[in-house]
Amino acid sequence: MIETRDLSVTINGRAVLRDVDLRLEPARITGLVGESGSGKSMTALAIMGLLPHGAVPGGQVLLDGQNLLDLPEAAMCRIRGNRIGMIFQEPMTALNPLMNIGDQVAEVLRIHHDMSKDQALIRARERLDRVGLPEPRFPLSLYPHELSGGQRQRVAIALAIAEAPDLLIADEPTTALDVTTQAQILDLLRDLVASEGMSLLLITHDLAVVAGIADHVAVMKDGEVVEEGATETLFRTQSHPYTRALFAASRHAPARVPVAADDTPILSVREAVREYVLPRPSAFAPHPVLRAVDGVSLDIQDGESVGLVGESGCGKSTLTRAILGLDPLQGGEIRLDGQAVTAGAAMPADLRAKVQVVFQDPFGSFDPRWRVDRLIAEPFHLTGRPRDWRQRIAQALAEVGIEPSAAGRYVHEFSGGQRQRLAIARALIIRPRLIVLDEAVSALDVRVRAQVLDLLAELRRTHGMAYLFISHDLGVVRGVTDRVLVMDKGSIVEEGPTMSVMDKPQHPTTQRLMAAMPEIPEEWRMS
Amino acid sequence: MKWTLILGAILAGLAIVAAAVSFVWIPYDILGTDVPNKLQPPSAGHWFGTDQYGRDILSLVMVGARTSIAVALVAVGIGMGFGVPLGLIAAANRGGWVDEVIMRGNDLIFAFPSLVIAILITAAFGPSAVNAIIAIGIFNIPVFARVTRGGAMPIWTLDYIRAARVAGKNRARISVEHVLPHIANLLIVQGTIQFSLGILAEAGLSYVGLGAQSPTPSWGRMLAEAQTFVTLAPHVAVIPGLCIFLTVLGLNLLGDGLRDALDPRLKVMRT
Repeated sequence: MIETRDLSVTINGRAVLRDVDLRLEPARITGLVGESGSGKSMTALAIMGLLPHGAVPGGQVLLDGQNLLDLPEAAMCRIRGNRIGMIFQEPMTALNPLMNIGDQVAEVLRIHHDMSKDQALIRARERLDRVGLPEPRFPLSLYPHELSGGQRQRVAIALAIAEAPDLLIADEPTTALDVTTQAQILDLLRDLVASEGMSLLLITHDLAVVAGIADHVAVMKDGEVVEEGATETLFRTQSHPYTRALFAASRHAPARVPVAADDTPILSVREAVREYVLPRPSAFAPHPVLRAVDGVSLDIQDGESVGLVGESGCGKSTLTRAILGLDPLQGGEIRLDGQAVTAGAAMPADLRAKVQVVFQDPFGSFDPRWRVDRLIAEPFHLTGRPRDWRQRIAQALAEVGIEPSAAGRYVHEFSGGQRQRLAIARALIIRPRLIVLDEAVSALDVRVRAQVLDLLAELRRTHGMAYLFISHDLGVVRGVTDRVLVMDKGSIVEEGPTMSVMDKPQHPTTQRLMAAMPEIPEEWRMS
Repeated sequence: MKWTLILGAILAGLAIVAAAVSFVWIPYDILGTDVPNKLQPPSAGHWFGTDQYGRDILSLVMVGARTSIAVALVAVGIGMGFGVPLGLIAAANRGGWVDEVIMRGNDLIFAFPSLVIAILITAAFGPSAVNAIIAIGIFNIPVFARVTRGGAMPIWTLDYIRAARVAGKNRARISVEHVLPHIANLLIVQGTIQFSLGILAEAGLSYVGLGAQSPTPSWGRMLAEAQTFVTLAPHVAVIPGLCIFLTVLGLNLLGDGLRDALDPRLKVMRT
């Protein structure tokens, strides 16, 4: 069993972890929940002995009564991968793109055992079978780029459990995956814990995930565990105010916006087809064509909020790029306020000015070398910069709840939630009729997400623009959209008012998405 | 800051200062010969000694630095001036036929042995410093085009580029406003390296008589002229040789140091 006692970490004299006590018992799943910066990942790194340079640990991490913090690096190397395994959020970067999956798993085995390569490959085959990548569909000779995100995460799990460790640490293992893949990976983890008797420390910001899988939950805030206990008890009692705040935020839905959508469609997509030409499989074979969007038709009324949901690879991002006039269509047409959308330079500026976008990644959405005022003002390129542009920037910042003095700062000075507010300010500044929100709240913590959703609802009430919410997460879409479209394999398979689609999903894809959505059981909720 | 960066800056700075000072002051007139005092070893009167005509080598080296730096600088300028826009255009049209044409054109230039072509150009148009500049400059173009394209490609996939496209900006404008500032570090570093290669190339061309012509002093020609006396008065060859060596070394250290100092990723790795 692995146990931490009074585990603390200081960086430059600042305490980032204080007195963390966790008992990670065999065959048990412990959920570690908290917001970004609460110290969840730091706890995992301290247990692994992988703290960043300059971080000083204190207290104890006990494995069979031995304090791991006292061990030299060479001894830790024998424990890592062997007694403690770890998987990360981003499965692509956790694998070596130049090595096939069999060699990668075999390598871990050979580091810890004097084993021939053939023996190691046989064991690797067993481990990959175990994580649901069986022959003949998944031969050892596959490379990471030939696998989907969920399959890569399975390989990462196979690497981590290759040595049947006592403890597996999973740091946000499903955050980068869509709901159905997430459900499969969580099933796999639950199954591994039960059958291999290992302990799992599951780090996540998603309370619903924890509710569905963990036996025991610890809630972290500012480097401390503020509350812990058996999952159901903790969910029912919520004795700490912070826990209550997290729970409230996680099922937050902004007040309905009574915007009367009028009947003129702001966006109208008819039989849209988007194809990609793939590389030739062999030198003289013709180029295969991938039809990512296959005859999609949809309408968004002026002032309406519409959700577009689907699993990764269903074509929703491709469709979005076409709507934004970034990629051309191969068939059909897209009309924005009655005018045809064309990709690239051919699209008139006044038409472009009717649609703006907010992206998922609050870190990649801004040029780090530009100041906020210049960033926010970038869409003025479409309309010409008005004389009062400085006031307009201050007004846009005020509308998203950021003090106007922020205009002179750079984006790295802002948190993820603040950056997403800045992204909304940028989309808002030229008063578009439609804002496309491409997974715009997926990367945010629950409380920040709740605030941003409130903000979006409020802005729609005051300005009456239409929203197109793109997401793989039905939970997000439920609270903020009037109507939802479900996309699968390039086509819209179901559409209707959000509530009725979610309550009575008709199409198998929708049913699958609904079933995969992690939820906190209704009866656990505090009265 | 790393010591290599400081040492590099000092060595390269020395050459530049020497060249700059030579415009206003040199210890002796380089055109005036003083045959009785020929091939003097370094002394208090002539710090670097004198050459076969009794001219002061320090003065020659200072004016020679001017030639080397001017040739290398203009050659880098030509390389950047054509190569960077080509690289930006290629990256903005990545995967398209424009990209293909530009990059295959680059491959074509790369495929020629550069010194042979330089000799060809100077042989065809007459040996002079200007022709040496053009010859060296042409071979800098594909280097900068490749570095620019390579640095610009990953930036084009970022969300803020998409945001700029949604804001209606065209590729040229995005290239200048968003992409170029991000690869400036890369170009500065490559610039110092190409600068040092330019000095070497100029010295090589002058050595074989295809660079700066008499009486313009040049480190390469000083080396060539000194080889007859190298056993008699080794300093006449050693000093311009050392000048080339130390300047090139300095520029390489500077480039290396700048790369570390300007690349935040490497900074993280070091700490």
